[in-house]
Amino acid sequence: MKRIMLGNEAFARGAWEAGVRVVSSYPGTPSTEVTETLAKCGDEVHVEWSPNEKVGVEVAVGASIGGARALSCMKHVGLNVAADPFFTAAYNGVTGGLVVLVADDNGCHSSQNEQDSRYHGRGAGVPVLEPADPTECKEFMKLAFDMSEKYDTVVLVRSGTRISHSRGIVEEGERVEREVIPYEKNFRKYVAMPAMARVNHVKQEQRLAQIAADAHEIMAGSIPLNKEEMNDPEIGIVTSGICYQYVKEALPDASVFKLGLVNPLPLQDIAAFASKVEKLYVIEEGNPFLEEQIRAAGIPVHGGKDMFTIQGEYSANMLRKGFGVALPDAGIDNTDAPGRPPLLCAGCPHRGLFHVLSKLKTTVMGDIGCYTLAALAPTNAIDSCLCMGGSIGMEHGFEKATGNSKNLVAVLGDSTFIHSGITGLVNMVYNEAKGTVIILDNRITGMTGHQQNPASGKNAKGEIAPALDIATLCRAIGVKNVFEIDPFEIKELEELIKAETERDELSVIITKRPCVMIVKQTEPPQMITDACKNCRQCMKIGCPAIEIKDGRPYIIKESCIGCGLCAKVCPFDAIKKEDK
Amino acid sequence: MEKNILIVGVGGQGTLLASVLLGNLALMKNYDVKLSEVHGMSQRGGDVVTHVKISDTTVASPLIEKGEADIIIAFEKLEAYRWLPYLKKGGAMYVNEQQIMPMPVVLGQVDYPADIDETLAKAAQTLVKFDALALAEEAGSSKAVNVVLLGAASNALPFTEEEWMDVIEKYVKPKFIALNKDAFAKGQAV
Ligand SMILES: Cc1ncc(C[n+]2csc(CCOP(=O)(O)OP(=O)(O)O)c2C)c(N)n1
Repeated sequence: MKRIMLGNEAFARGAWEAGVRVVSSYPGTPSTEVTETLAKCGDEVHVEWSPNEKVGVEVAVGASIGGARALSCMKHVGLNVAADPFFTAAYNGVTGGLVVLVADDNGCHSSQNEQDSRYHGRGAGVPVLEPADPTECKEFMKLAFDMSEKYDTVVLVRSGTRISHSRGIVEEGERVEREVIPYEKNFRKYVAMPAMARVNHVKQEQRLAQIAADAHEIMAGSIPLNKEEMNDPEIGIVTSGICYQYVKEALPDASVFKLGLVNPLPLQDIAAFASKVEKLYVIEEGNPFLEEQIRAAGIPVHGGKDMFTIQGEYSANMLRKGFGVALPDAGIDNTDAPGRPPLLCAGCPHRGLFHVLSKLKTTVMGDIGCYTLAALAPTNAIDSCLCMGGSIGMEHGFEKATGNSKNLVAVLGDSTFIHSGITGLVNMVYNEAKGTVIILDNRITGMTGHQQNPASGKNAKGEIAPALDIATLCRAIGVKNVFEIDPFEIKELEELIKAETERDELSVIITKRPCVMIVKQTEPPQMITDACKNCRQCMKIGCPAIEIKDGRPYIIKESCIGCGLCAKVCPFDAIKKEDK
Repeated sequence: MEKNILIVGVGGQGTLLASVLLGNLALMKNYDVKLSEVHGMSQRGGDVVTHVKISDTTVASPLIEKGEADIIIAFEKLEAYRWLPYLKKGGAMYVNEQQIMPMPVVLGQVDYPADIDETLAKAAQTLVKFDALALAEEAGSSKAVNVVLLGAASNALPFTEEEWMDVIEKYVKPKFIALNKDAFAKGQAV
């Protein structure tokens, strides 16, 4: 049957049809829906959220050694976290097919950088497949499992925002069940010690060479993995992934060499294509990954990164401009629409904490999650944000540099703490830190669309699961001062933060209140009464339900969820609940 | 036949259902279709956009470029204005008059543009601007804004009344089908 599928749903479908049995991932935009879709399958697939990407890949490696087809999905920066097992698994090879899916985010729609994952694939020495539409997402995923087993290698499937989050028509196929391959001990293959690694490294190089040699005949179902499309020979373009679509849109008459395999590069095939066209161009978002290799092989490139940028996303219009093709006729070129930055939701539990931190002018080493939005106006309450779990290390380093931990905190979410904050906290205990760590426990992984995590009490399939008690964990690590508090009790929270940042000992404060997106609204909305003196203290909490109307604050009834934080900050007691 | 439709609004306004309905209509009629949307950060109250490209041949890029949209369906007035440069010369706009102030405007850092109405009128050959929220509420739920807007835009789209009803029946939750059919009719009558 034909269905409209999101790229990520098509990846999931491909893995399912390929007989995947174990999926272990950590959420991250734009990769998350692959695992979410697979979690809706039946018992034929075991799907779990891992605490982080490193564990995700390790579980998948174990599943492959155990003889099953296994998949681990993540966003681009997640592959940094998983790089350690990934690089060595690349030497060892597989038993059951082992695929890692990584989704890049050119344009930083939802990310802290726009790094190019193809380098990880090349660095690790694994084949990298890059689809260009939802049908290819499905077919390349199936091929990835087949190639993994055929060539005894980990395979990296590389996606991106416009591949993962575009929808198109996909023909569904059937699942091919695969028996788990019986386990046979093979320590030379799977024990990565120097003597074995040296041998496995040689094998890895050999299989890459073999794949490059075979590339021209590798098919993903009925789709050639690499494809030469000869048209007008004046312009020849080497491209892959979403850029292929921009090329077809902007330069329909050009000759194109479309790469589905971006590592290893079939350089001989590219050289043959180059010899048939007058001018060769390389069109790729991100770094000059293809271009540099093609140039290094002695193939003349007429235009690449000298024409088009390393930053951001490409588009058909960008190519039209570069090649002197007329642009579509827009009635109006530009408008001065003010920006609409994303915000913490009305009723978000994080708002209470950031109101207090903003008031106390605390220096905040921040982290990654919904709460990073508190860095923007009006709270402006975050000083730094680096990587998942990074707040704790930065807080500690800041303290060691300045010798002062007063009015200084680290702030991170529950999912982020479990992802990679725990080791940072162990470090603080061990190296006798005096700082304060605030863990925002909203019982969910919010930013990426509400996935379960080890502290939320449910697993990836939504079933009841053991819930990690973060306070108990902190005490067990050796933190003596551990507090749990409702972030909407802002008076008590303020006193607590003052006291703990003054204290010459390490403290952990856990703010506990569930995300508003996962609990039903039960409170009536707030309203501003005639007692309002227009002092605008309520505006300082940055709630999207509060606007200015006729020169005064006004609560939008439809947006307000009745959390009452604005009433608590009002010095004139002028905000009341509406009658039910 | 080629139709490029841009659906724009504010995160949380329900732009996604509109694109699901359009995409499946295209599939039912054996057209090629691609849709593109951004998930993640911007869904937290930021500006959101869904691109819908329908063709009786093939669609390559899933993205509509500046000057390529035949139709813009806007769930909010400022968003209509923001995405205006994407409208093709001679294109049509269906705009919900609702205004949701972005935080920089609420905080007084920037002004809400004063000339939105004139600019929209100047740029769009067809401009249908109306209170879709009120019509949705009349039909029974403010959430039906998306279908009201589709009803209004349906006059410029290559699908019959029956096909629209069919797709609503297939992709809307059973207990909301009647409500959405009513919402569609209200939009269509604008
Ligand atoms: C290495 C890495 N993996 C995944 C992500 C994607 N990501 C961004 S924030 C976040 C989780 C946030 O959850 P939590 O810490 O519970 O905070 P909340 O959003 O719920 O406030 C994730 C998974 C990332 N940025 N980096």
